[in-house]
Amino acid sequence: MSTSQTTTTEHHPALAQQFDSMEQQQDASTFGMWVFLLTEIMMFGGLFTAYLIYRIKYYDAFVAGSTSISVGWGFTNTLVLIGSSFTMAMAVWAAQKGFRKAQVWFLIGTMVLGAAFLGVKAKEYHDKWDECHIPGHIIGKGFNAWGGCSATDPKLGNIADEIRERDPKVPKVSAVQTAKQTEIFFSFYFAMTGLHAFHMVIGFGLLSWLLWRAYKGEFGPQYYTPVELGGLYWHFVDIVWIYLFPLLYLISRTRT
Amino acid sequence: MSEHGHPTPKLYAIILACLVVGTVLTYRAAFWDMGIFNPVVALTIACTKATLVILFFMHVRYSSKLTKITISAGFFWLLIMITMSLSDYLTRTFLPQ
Amino acid sequence: MSIDKPVMPEKHYLNDNYGIRSWLLTKDHKRIAILYLFSITVFFFIGGLFAGLIRLHLLTPNGELFQADTYNRLFTMHGVNMIFFFLIPSVPAVIGNFLIPIMIGTKDLAFPKINLLSWYLYIGGATFSLITLLNGGVDTGWTFYAPLSSGYVKSPVIVMAVGILIVGFSSIFTGLNFIVTVHRMRAPGMTWGRLPLFVWANYAASLIMILGTPVIAITLILLALERGFHIGIFDPKLGGDPVLFQHMFWFYSHPAVYIMILPGMGVISEIVTCFSRKRVFGYSFIAFSSIAIAVFGFVVWAHHMFVAGISVYSALVFSLLSYAVAIPSAVKVFNWTATMYKGSVKMDTPMLYAMAFIGLFTIGGLTGLFLAALGLDIHIHDTYFVVAHFHYVMVGGMVTAYLGGLHFWWPKMTGRMYPEAPAKLAALITFIGFNLTFFPQFILGYMGMPRRYWAYPPEFQVLNVLSSAGASVLAVGFILPLFYFLWSLKYGEVAGDNPWQATGLEWETTSPPPTHNFHHIPVVTKDPYAYGEDEEVPVVH
Repeated sequence: MSTSQTTTTEHHPALAQQFDSMEQQQDASTFGMWVFLLTEIMMFGGLFTAYLIYRIKYYDAFVAGSTSISVGWGFTNTLVLIGSSFTMAMAVWAAQKGFRKAQVWFLIGTMVLGAAFLGVKAKEYHDKWDECHIPGHIIGKGFNAWGGCSATDPKLGNIADEIRERDPKVPKVSAVQTAKQTEIFFSFYFAMTGLHAFHMVIGFGLLSWLLWRAYKGEFGPQYYTPVELGGLYWHFVDIVWIYLFPLLYLISRTRT
Repeated sequence: MSEHGHPTPKLYAIILACLVVGTVLTYRAAFWDMGIFNPVVALTIACTKATLVILFFMHVRYSSKLTKITISAGFFWLLIMITMSLSDYLTRTFLPQ
Repeated sequence: MSIDKPVMPEKHYLNDNYGIRSWLLTKDHKRIAILYLFSITVFFFIGGLFAGLIRLHLLTPNGELFQADTYNRLFTMHGVNMIFFFLIPSVPAVIGNFLIPIMIGTKDLAFPKINLLSWYLYIGGATFSLITLLNGGVDTGWTFYAPLSSGYVKSPVIVMAVGILIVGFSSIFTGLNFIVTVHRMRAPGMTWGRLPLFVWANYAASLIMILGTPVIAITLILLALERGFHIGIFDPKLGGDPVLFQHMFWFYSHPAVYIMILPGMGVISEIVTCFSRKRVFGYSFIAFSSIAIAVFGFVVWAHHMFVAGISVYSALVFSLLSYAVAIPSAVKVFNWTATMYKGSVKMDTPMLYAMAFIGLFTIGGLTGLFLAALGLDIHIHDTYFVVAHFHYVMVGGMVTAYLGGLHFWWPKMTGRMYPEAPAKLAALITFIGFNLTFFPQFILGYMGMPRRYWAYPPEFQVLNVLSSAGASVLAVGFILPLFYFLWSLKYGEVAGDNPWQATGLEWETTSPPPTHNFHHIPVVTKDPYAYGEDEEVPVVH
């Protein structure tokens, strides 16, 4: 049953006492991480379900809201995160091969790209703050998608005007109405990207811990499970963004 | 032992290229007016990208059947939640009055 | 058996290590189970206290004991504490944690540190619940319907929501641990077809835990966001949809009831076969019915929403599926009964609880079918009929199974037998008290008494008084075990390895078991439940 590479009398220092072999430990730990990712699929899934229902109910408002967030930054961020997934996969490969320097550099690369992603998100959130697109009236200057809100540029953030620019036939009243409804879009924008960013921050913590252990040379062909588990987590976060990008940024850009 | 046939860096690079292409594609496609097919195309590309990440970056292509069943179960359950919730909302106005 | 008088083993998991740190930092699944035992017992009695106050208040129709607002807090805190802090953890976290590694022949769960984390998360969530209590409790009902909970009440909803969120993660990690353990840590020869039905039941419940709990996590997060930041997700004034909250809430909360009952059913399977001295009837049917309940349980949630304004077509589908989900449960009841038929039934306390379970759960389950019928539900929704239904399955079913399991495995966990006479008495008192409390509520509900109301029309008083009288009897029945279990720890008869002459790996090790469960990892060659076929139950030291 146990076919570990080490003999039965010597135990790898990283073998936990409830397991019989490194193989069983690796198997069980990887499976455990997959089960955990299953729970994450359901958690984000709940958000996606609610999003879908409101997208159908308030389609025009969702289009308007989606158009007002920067597709350029969203596109950039998607590429950044995909890149970080690549570097993470390479880090796992390097750990499995026992290449210590490569592991470290790839992990650092992943963290740098992850940080870049968060930096761009911070900029995007700041833009929304400036444009008075933050829902509710507790944070920010108060939601005001219909009238815009900048001292220097009164048109900045004015979704009602943007709607009428794209389609002059829309009467002002319904443009304002749609703009008010975009508050729901922005609620989901912040909830979904916020939850995602929160998971990235946790991922950051995990990567730092892995980096430290990789630097100390703990990982090699016999034992690289933590890096593999970290990789699975990071890839999952990437996959969530792969869906978030089209669902939030690309609802309908054809009238631009 | 644990040699489940891991991908090579070359394969990873190819997958990365595919993902980048997919991203560019979905970005450009959003500006073409395909009517009802816009979201279909966007989601199809997203699902393809996700599948590539799952199969290769996450090593599922080389993993046990249990892993594959686990992932399928996850997406299946998500589908249950989405479709049965939507089935309420989408059938609401069909009263035979 | 050549042993005349059983003797406590010298070293076992309880005396292996002393000191508070050896308990609070333990990785031993058995010690973690004991930690849970203490914690959930505390919350059982907290929830029970609120139940007592409710029944006291309902003695009179005009509600002279508490104000309406206070009454709302009473039933909410009763529900929240009982469901999230007692029922959901009870069998899995106490009995499951203790037994599952032993039953499958391994040293511990797959992730012992995460198991300990589960307990700390429970304590964390419980702390938030206590904070809520000290701040007057929440008054929205345990269902937290929005927009009442997100926009109107002044009670500490967010604190409570955070508490439930945290304890939800405790549940998720327990489920995760069980699933990986059952898949990857079975002893040589322990195939899926030889697993005890208790393991199958907990495995199925664990599937629900990991797939359903995250959805209530996100629901509560959204609720907290709406309440804290005044954004519109569920509040119609802000453009939201209150029915969406119900969909998301019940997507978890319905499967949650199967999280609660499945492990209890697993206990019953173990007890019935042992005390009928007969191989369980239809092993694979019972095993697969657990999985079927777990799967089907996920597609029936909107039967809680029939009168909430959902589409009538969707309601039809959910109603039909709710009938379907009763079938696997019925299969179990038939199989347990068939196991007892022509068996050599021994009426020890665990068997008394098991038989009570079969009867009371059947009543509860059947009344669920009444509620699943669309037309009938319009009349009895939100009445005491519902209250009686779920108390029959949860208390008559689940709590009864939990108590049965505690009695059955008490000797294994502590090395001591509980005293049989007080135990039988307590079982009888509980049975009488339970039925007296809740049967009148079926009638009250059918007659139209709404639930969650602090006052009622005077013509309902007789039944309410009966119900409250029953509650005081039930309370005695629940408090008695506390005393004799504690008594047994010092004065109970030493149990020996296998006082019930049961099959199963847990009975092949000492009582209490050593820290590593077995002195030699067993190799399994027999099918489970070989009762009456091979009277030699080997004792391995």
